[in-house]
Amino acid sequence: MKPRACLVSVEMATALLSFHSGEAIPLQDIPNLSIAEFRTAILSAVSSTCTLAALYGMPAQNGHVRLIAVAADSVTNSLSILSTKVSQSYPCLTLECPQAHWFEREIAEQWQIHPEGHPWLKPIRFHAPYRSGNSVSPAPVPGVTDFFAMAGPEVHEVAVGPVHAGIIEPGHFRFQCHGEDVFHLEISLGYQHRGVERALVGGPGKRTIHLMETLCGDSSIGHSTAYCEAIEALGGTAVSARAQVMRGVALELERLANHTGDLGALAGDVGYLPTAAYCGRIRGDFLNSTAALCGSRFGRGLIRPGGVGFDLDKPLIAKLQQQLEAALRDVQGAVALLWGSSSVQARFEHIGTISRQTCEALGLVGPAARACGVERDIRQDFPSGIFRFAQIPISKWDSGDVFARAWVRWLEIQRSGAFVREQLSSLPEGPILTPSRPLLPNHLVVSFVEGWRGEICHVAITDGAGSFAHYKVVDPSFHNWIGLAIAMRDQQISDFPLCNKSFNLSYCGHDL
Amino acid sequence: MPSLILTRFRQGKRTLRYPDTEPALPDRFRGLPILDHARCPSGCTSCVDACPTEAITSDGGLQIDIGRCLFCPECANACPEGAIRFTSQYQLATTNRDDLILAEGKSLRLARRLAEQIHRILGRSLKLRQLSAGGCNGCEADVNVLNTVVFDLGRFGIQFVASPRHADGLLITGAITQNMRLALEKTYAAISEPNIVIAVGACAISGGPFRDHPEVLNGAGSIVPVDLYIPGCPPHPLTILDGLLRLIGKIKES
Repeated sequence: MKPRACLVSVEMATALLSFHSGEAIPLQDIPNLSIAEFRTAILSAVSSTCTLAALYGMPAQNGHVRLIAVAADSVTNSLSILSTKVSQSYPCLTLECPQAHWFEREIAEQWQIHPEGHPWLKPIRFHAPYRSGNSVSPAPVPGVTDFFAMAGPEVHEVAVGPVHAGIIEPGHFRFQCHGEDVFHLEISLGYQHRGVERALVGGPGKRTIHLMETLCGDSSIGHSTAYCEAIEALGGTAVSARAQVMRGVALELERLANHTGDLGALAGDVGYLPTAAYCGRIRGDFLNSTAALCGSRFGRGLIRPGGVGFDLDKPLIAKLQQQLEAALRDVQGAVALLWGSSSVQARFEHIGTISRQTCEALGLVGPAARACGVERDIRQDFPSGIFRFAQIPISKWDSGDVFARAWVRWLEIQRSGAFVREQLSSLPEGPILTPSRPLLPNHLVVSFVEGWRGEICHVAITDGAGSFAHYKVVDPSFHNWIGLAIAMRDQQISDFPLCNKSFNLSYCGHDL
Repeated sequence: MPSLILTRFRQGKRTLRYPDTEPALPDRFRGLPILDHARCPSGCTSCVDACPTEAITSDGGLQIDIGRCLFCPECANACPEGAIRFTSQYQLATTNRDDLILAEGKSLRLARRLAEQIHRILGRSLKLRQLSAGGCNGCEADVNVLNTVVFDLGRFGIQFVASPRHADGLLITGAITQNMRLALEKTYAAISEPNIVIAVGACAISGGPFRDHPEVLNGAGSIVPVDLYIPGCPPHPLTILDGLLRLIGKIKES
């Protein structure tokens, strides 16, 4: 049966505004609904083919909060937007639409709006509310909340973090265990909260691009591209074909480096050291290619509003091609060992399994979703830049376990490698940078990029002067942390490092 | 098994012959910035205005604080006269915070070896606890690569350990969020004396791009005493390694 598109019903067509990613729309065109209509429209959208790309609050007049929802339909490749005003509370969406759960926790924490009936209403970042007034609550203490707890004979709790045993970002994990078996894992974050979104209001300023590059530093290219596409749409700036190709190459190099590193780390977590050692080094080779492009291994300084900050010439292209071929050859050899080792396969298969149904209900994104058989990839569904012309096939597998998440990465390494190879050999001529223009006042734009972890969504809203009235960042990890928690159910606690690495989520991208 | 051996052979030996041989860096690598005051047009503040972290000041002569510098290309791009440019010098670590501020007639003084008494205890075997507190995972990633075969940190007697109780010192990344303050204080308190603290990256030194956000504390120095500053955003792995080796006297001050 062909999936039903989400804009079919007459009442919904009037309730939602349909538009495209990277398209600036006037604020006045955004439907402002009653809370009942707002809820109905969202529930109807997600019950068909839409996912919730963003749901958040922003200040409105008279101390009210405006809730904005962006639903993405990967069948019609269009976005829908709607909004409503709330002041104290509203009936939560989470009970009927589980993928709203984290968004609603964020709304409650930031704006003190109570989503009534939310089953899991706890802070996600542990900061003081952005809206004063309603209740005077003491400043939250990170990691202090009413954790889910179990009782009974031989039940015990394991607490880990925020400081971890390795060189890892901070986060707190609570395992409810019975013997070695994990019944439940609760993940409490916020330790990396640097107030990025609040600092973006009033911009763009000279620090803005740097905040984009560092809000999640291992995805600098992904987030800075999403930002640049947003303000290019608001400024009506056309980016040259050459710059678009270079952005695509940089994005795929970022994916190649991180996927390679992840496969090495997965090998390390099951004690298979050859692949761990090789991939750790090959990851650096991909990063060094990005550094050859722009001087920074993380692509800092490369993506700039209007294009890219560095150009390529023939000798540098030849050098990049040579580096790429060597790294792809090495990663092929290193990763082939994994699939040829029965002991590795035995540790990867049937561990941390998530069903497709659960994946879709939770709204997981990126390789984690594609490993559950879900065909969801921004490069196909909402392509921008070079991805409108050069398509990368969606890589998926359907077993939903650690193996699937590793295998999807391997498929993506091969396809990204082929993409970079092709693009470098046919780089269009032209300028690399188009001068930026002032942003349209009172407009909104949604931009999407498929980062290596999945869907990066930015929503920029300008005020009457063309400055950011609000800027929303949804990192793929925002959707996926719950996936790790669910994947750990009924697993052995000793499988946590392996499951964790198979997601490899961002703390700072979540905490912002 | 044959494929394993064949792959091992093909992957080759990849450990840098560092510090005996200087490694190659990319042509576009941005290392130590240098200022050529003679080229500055009078009254020009282009670089000062372009800097996202107020690392460059022009009151009383041009100076640049590489503890705040993101090593982004903005200032060099903004300068009409080429008075500021980035060199390929990756050696940037210092012992004192003030040493990171470069001005006319004040060049970079690189980190010195630990004091004799501490060096005798920690110089040959240094165990570090890493604490990440409000960065972007860039510094963490480039500290982590020191453990790969390319850099092979263990051969210098330096190791990252899983508990502050096992550690001789703390390597800190990130701007130190309000939410990590307590964790930093407790981790530091758990390390026995004598100990050392290393701040890696613009965030840990000065707050980096998050400087003056109310959610951060502008670096580690406000909470704990710092013995080694390694600037960058993030610092190149070689910059970090060079700093660590200077600290334990395996690279001599030139």
